[in-house]
Amino acid sequence: MATDTLHHSATDEPHEHHDVAGTKLFGFWVYLMSDLVIFGSLFATYAVLMKGTAAGPSAAEIFELPFVLVETFLLLFSSFTFGMGVLAMNAQRLGQVKAWLAITFVLGAAFVGMEIYEFQHLIHEGYGPDKSAFLSAFFTLVGTHGLHVTFGLIWILVMLIQLYTKGLNDMTRPRILCLSLFWHFLDIVWICVFSFVYLMGVL
Amino acid sequence: MSHSSSNPTNAHGSVKSYVTGLVLSLILTIIPFGVVMSGALSVLATVVVVAVTAVLQILVQLVMFMHMSTKADEGWNVMSFVFTLTILVLVVGGSLWIMQHLHLNMMIG
Repeated sequence: MATDTLHHSATDEPHEHHDVAGTKLFGFWVYLMSDLVIFGSLFATYAVLMKGTAAGPSAAEIFELPFVLVETFLLLFSSFTFGMGVLAMNAQRLGQVKAWLAITFVLGAAFVGMEIYEFQHLIHEGYGPDKSAFLSAFFTLVGTHGLHVTFGLIWILVMLIQLYTKGLNDMTRPRILCLSLFWHFLDIVWICVFSFVYLMGVL
Repeated sequence: MSHSSSNPTNAHGSVKSYVTGLVLSLILTIIPFGVVMSGALSVLATVVVVAVTAVLQILVQLVMFMHMSTKADEGWNVMSFVFTLTILVLVVGGSLWIMQHLHLNMMIG
């Protein structure tokens, strides 16, 4: 930890730069905390409205747990592969960083693909967000998370382009660290989604 | 801000900490899915298992993946997280509490 950081400052960047990067990361952390409040209010909305099925289907009738389990594994493994990417960045291995980011992108895209399929399937069955308060809250909560993951995917693509054109430097390094925080954060929100929406929904 | 510990991810972790985080997360995912899908426990026990494993997995990922620690940032990342948790308890708990009372008083649904 400490030696790792000191090693960086000593070899390739002046001390001031490292403090700027640290401030950036902490600022991004505070943004994530405010994003957490958004998700908190959406969870509260869902919890209040989940019994309001208005003659439509209940949670237990439409959720398919094996499907959700696969989604969960995809996101969890993508969180892990991004971690490997950060380790490769610390070790100054540009090629490996690109490879891990690409793997993370594929896993994340598969997750979004499955979610779009689930939404399409539900709407096709006639269980769209207009059917009941429960479904409105469900689509808003899970859709907001999916939208975040989609923006994370776009960010990964932008990061890959920057890694090809600029390589690893004082500018791209903090951006990758911010993106890693964003990506891990989305997996943590997903833990709440599968636990409190899907698992408790089918009870 | 001290150099050796200036932000949540500066304690960069190692392959070992990420693998540990992954294995623990996998276990803490399989347990609640297994309990719910098998229907082996009572509803109350199942809810407790799902809630406890969720909280544990969140802690595992905060520490192993996001490197949240009281040592980084002079503890400010943990402080801001605890502050956010307070807000979340107020928003989620308060919403459920007040809406349930409203529901009872109005005798709707």
